[in-house]
Amino acid sequence: MKLTRTLRRLPGHAVVALLLLVVAYPLIWLFLGSFKTQDEFLNGSTTALPHSFTNFANYSQAWSSVATYLQNSLLTVLPALAIIVVFGTAAGFALEILVWRGRQTTLLLFLAGIMIPGQMILLPLFTVYFNLHLTGTLWPLIITYTATGLPLTVFMMATYFRAVPREVFEAATMDGASIIRSFVSVAFPMMRNSVLTIALVQFFFLWNDLLIALTFTTDDAQRTVQVGLLNFTGQFGVVEYGPTFAAICINVLLILAIYLFLNQRVMRGLAAGAVKG
Amino acid sequence: MHSVLGDRKSVALLLGPALLVYSLVMLVPMLWSLGYTFYTGSVISGFTFTGLDNFTKLFDDPALPSSLWFTVKYAVVITAGQVLMGYLLALLYVFFLRRAGSVVRTLIFFPVILPTVAVALLFQKFFEFAPQTGPVNALIEAFGGTGVDWFATPGHAFLVVALMDIWRSMGFYAVLLYAGLLDIPDDLMEAAALDGATTWRLIRSIIVPLSLPVLVSSLVFSINGTLKAFDSIYALTGGGPGSATTPLTLYMYQTSFAYGDYGYGSTIALTLTVLCLLVTVLIFRATRRDAGQEQS
Repeated sequence: MKLTRTLRRLPGHAVVALLLLVVAYPLIWLFLGSFKTQDEFLNGSTTALPHSFTNFANYSQAWSSVATYLQNSLLTVLPALAIIVVFGTAAGFALEILVWRGRQTTLLLFLAGIMIPGQMILLPLFTVYFNLHLTGTLWPLIITYTATGLPLTVFMMATYFRAVPREVFEAATMDGASIIRSFVSVAFPMMRNSVLTIALVQFFFLWNDLLIALTFTTDDAQRTVQVGLLNFTGQFGVVEYGPTFAAICINVLLILAIYLFLNQRVMRGLAAGAVKG
Repeated sequence: MHSVLGDRKSVALLLGPALLVYSLVMLVPMLWSLGYTFYTGSVISGFTFTGLDNFTKLFDDPALPSSLWFTVKYAVVITAGQVLMGYLLALLYVFFLRRAGSVVRTLIFFPVILPTVAVALLFQKFFEFAPQTGPVNALIEAFGGTGVDWFATPGHAFLVVALMDIWRSMGFYAVLLYAGLLDIPDDLMEAAALDGATTWRLIRSIIVPLSLPVLVSSLVFSINGTLKAFDSIYALTGGGPGSATTPLTLYMYQTSFAYGDYGYGSTIALTLTVLCLLVTVLIFRATRRDAGQEQS
């Protein structure tokens, strides 16, 4: 009885195994490749294991340029993220909890920002940044990231606030707290779970961005991880496989480290962003 | 209604910063971009007013139809692939793996959050023809075939782009649709199964209709994303071979920054925006009519 059940489920298990192989193999192959020498890439079999797993030469060569790119990415993404979270939560609170005319219209206005392709804002922004002599600094990225992250954040926060009874804040305000006070010491702490989820979602959007970073970085010193990675191969003339693989690997391992701890929250957050967007 | 929560000063203080940044950095540039469509030139070369020239150029430009066609083809194929694969995975999660599927779901989701550039470079090497023979060509050769130079012909390049985009996003749509499938009441399916409904019949008459809302939002989300796709294509093929895999997003980027024509670039961006709006409205219309027919 149990055997027939196991046999019947066999094709299903095979499908699952195949799926996992398809998802995981390219990444495993990438990881193995990051330990290979140029000679192993060009003359060895591509599916072979590396000769040595302690050959970190590729990583040290990759790190010499990736370190700057990582620093640039952190210096642009983290400030933008902080502003997005604070401004976005405050706006979500104002749009959903506070009572005033024009709330619905304002929410729709933010919604439009989710729909509009990034290409619509690049050229005027480039003109402004160029005239303000901001090109060549990280400011254009911080400013643009902040603005592009706001619409979804405002929208998602408004949705999260919708689940909170307005009486909670009415009570807090009646007790003599100002509205600002009840936002800072009641609403924001109460929402910290949602805020963390949104921050995580926005982190991935900003960290993985190419279009904006590509447009506003004019020289190597300002390159973010993604733009830097894209130009990585070109830098040496010939494709240096090992260091390139190591550089991609650093980028992947970083995301993996976050995902190991926060995978359930990442999945929930991204799915929520799609349904509401 | 007069509420304690109606204080205008607080509204301004809380909403103000977000609205200000959003307006200055997104809404104003959007309108400004519309203005650019009447000009030619760039911030470096200066602008010249050309009236409606950009719009007539739009109709004469031989590169436009091909990149418009690529955008549509890409969006349709990728959306269909993403949502279909996601749906199949979701069905697998619900009916085969059930509660035990958490690890599988988490693993298959992982590529979703990987940087597009990293994934694109990985796929470039994975499908490489020379000097290194990548795993895909090695597999073909192991079975006695001859390796393919994947990025040399339009058809093959498109295939790799499609495979890559489905590979990295199917886990996302699976989780999205899985949540929708979980909402279908168990007793409804049990009742149908007791009545002798086959699995196929169960899927067609109960599961698909009841998961239609989340299926539609997946479609809308996917098509909106794929029409605007830029990163993956730019990093994987750079639009090539030739301009065979150049969507509107990339064409706009090249026109503006490689050829320094902000005016025509804005006109292409506007075309893209109109396309996005039209498609979204169309999908909502179509599905609403379908839903109406189901009920009557």
